[in-house]
Amino acid sequence: MLNRRNFLTAAIGVAAAGTLAACAKEDGGSSTSSGGSKTITLGFSQVGSESGWRSANTDSVKSAAKEAGYNLKFSDAQQKQENQISAIRSYIAQKVDVIAFSPVVVTGWDAVLKEAKAAKIPVVLTDRSVETSDQSLYVTLVGSDFTDEGRRAARILEKVLTKAGHKGAVKIAQLEGTTGAAPAIERAKGFKEVMDADHADDWKIVVSQTGDFTRAGGKQVMAAFLQSNPDVNVLFAHNDDMAIGAIQSIEAAGKKPGKDILIVSIDGVKDGFVAMSEGKINAIVECNPLLGPQLMDVVKKVKNGESVERWIKTKEGDYMQDQAKAALPSRKY
Amino acid sequence: MTTTSRWRALTRHNLFWPVAVLVALLLVNVPFTPDFFAIHMTNGHLYGSLVSIVLFGSPLILVAVGMTLVIATGGIDLSVGAVVAITGALTCSYISDQADQGALSSVLLAMGLGLIAAVVCGLWNGFLVARMGIQPIIATLIIMVAGRGVAQLITDGQIITINSEPYKLIGGGYWLTLPFSIFVVAAVVAVTVLLTRRTALGLLVESVGGNAEASRLVGIRSMRIKIMVYVFCAVCAGIAGLMISSNTSAADGNNAGLWIELDAILAVVIGGTSLLGGRFSIGGTVIGALVIQTLTTTIYTIGVPTQTNLVFKAAVVIVVCLLQSPKFRAKVFGARAKAAGPAVPAAAAEPADPAPKMEVS
Repeated sequence: MLNRRNFLTAAIGVAAAGTLAACAKEDGGSSTSSGGSKTITLGFSQVGSESGWRSANTDSVKSAAKEAGYNLKFSDAQQKQENQISAIRSYIAQKVDVIAFSPVVVTGWDAVLKEAKAAKIPVVLTDRSVETSDQSLYVTLVGSDFTDEGRRAARILEKVLTKAGHKGAVKIAQLEGTTGAAPAIERAKGFKEVMDADHADDWKIVVSQTGDFTRAGGKQVMAAFLQSNPDVNVLFAHNDDMAIGAIQSIEAAGKKPGKDILIVSIDGVKDGFVAMSEGKINAIVECNPLLGPQLMDVVKKVKNGESVERWIKTKEGDYMQDQAKAALPSRKY
Repeated sequence: MTTTSRWRALTRHNLFWPVAVLVALLLVNVPFTPDFFAIHMTNGHLYGSLVSIVLFGSPLILVAVGMTLVIATGGIDLSVGAVVAITGALTCSYISDQADQGALSSVLLAMGLGLIAAVVCGLWNGFLVARMGIQPIIATLIIMVAGRGVAQLITDGQIITINSEPYKLIGGGYWLTLPFSIFVVAAVVAVTVLLTRRTALGLLVESVGGNAEASRLVGIRSMRIKIMVYVFCAVCAGIAGLMISSNTSAADGNNAGLWIELDAILAVVIGGTSLLGGRFSIGGTVIGALVIQTLTTTIYTIGVPTQTNLVFKAAVVIVVCLLQSPKFRAKVFGARAKAAGPAVPAAAAEPADPAPKMEVS
């Protein structure tokens, strides 16, 4: 039977486990002599390591910092805002030159950003934006424009349709990302914008549902779509993983992905390019995680007091099938 | 007379309401998908909505069957989702390291490794609950939280894609024109039913759930029974993990089996097993899992807007749980029941599962 002592042991055990999990991993912080004014010290707080995209992002920042000869203090917030706030506070206490972070959530940053401002440490956001009352709290955002990715996906679909010699109505199935996530909302918005403007009468999104950015989700939702709307002839997936899952369902239904159903997706992960080189995805709009070099460039400018744009968009490309084979070796993630 | 009494006996059968809800949900699809019940032959295997429901629902059925026995002992296992992730991650990472991913022997070895990991997780849970007397919800929370980290450690934070024909069979392949996973599920369910209903094991599980201390005093090794059900539950979750990773030919340490523990608990509850322990219904659990999978498919086919998905799901679950509650039925259908006979109060004394609302997530 459960007695008080056992319960206490359990509680302590769980508390200890929680504390361990909450401890942000700090590494790369081999603090070179802070007196040496030449090296720039950059404090970087990452969201976590939830996907292949994210780990590619982390690797890019680390290797770019090494290449640029910066002293990088890296911490992983493990998807928790409080971890990120305490990491930023510790960077302020350590008097780093520039703080960069990928915010876990959109709101709740005013207090800690004001502390950074008071300490005269410039803040650069990467990948995701924040909502603040005071725009001067951060210098710039280095990241992707998700709405534009949606627009580019619609534009590249035009090319795909022309190339496939498609005639007649375009019936689109859309696999959305996680409900409420910025990329999901904005990619859908951008796509719809172009569709409503230029293709109001011939394009139609007949079904749209969330696949949670996962392969299993994409597969299951697509299987149901193919039953309820067998006449779908285009798939727009908000990321490659959902497209890869959907391809399996399309094949199970006895149809040919890339031929019977034209597929356009966003991200450009390695497996997506593999599928595209096999002819199963027609086009991919890149969402580039390798923003390390651009970030280091911005950090240098900010440190030297040069003015930078409010939003520095990552360099991204659009890829059609004929480019897939050539681009495949360059995919690192 | 006889038809009405037969009807009454039928509605009082413990599987009547879950089955009724399942049938109703399936029928809801018909106006939206005219040939919902049609099953065709495609590429040498059966293809249709019903086949997809069973195929995608298989992992949930397995996890829920394991969960049923744990709940029958008065426990709960929150770690199943993490076990799914660990098993898939370990198996796929082993297969991806092989030179020949299609070799049957290495695939079997990989699956064995994955299942051993699942057994270890089950032993750990059982040890904490039975030996250390830690509350099940806390004991299994440890692996629920830490296990996903372990899975990500194994996969290095990446999605591991494999290309192995034999491994594809268990979760995504077909045998005798049917999804192979159906055979796996049927085998596991058959073995479980045989062991629990044809031997004394089921009775022992129920008695431990009813009162562990009393069971011990009458000579039942309740500790051993408890450890056994946690190991069984973890093995079921492990097989489900193999299926999920095989279905997409990839191991996703971060998302595989995410929240499956909640769906499994819900399936168990819909199936009529009491969360208080002491009695269980494997058949009910299987129906409950099918209800949940059908509900998911229904949401996709009838075009519920993404933002209202969960609200729709919650509404259906609330209706199901209310229908399951004898008290509620007595209140709503009370007038007719009173005319028919005074049998209702006896049924109303049964626990009406007040907990399900918690699982609506």
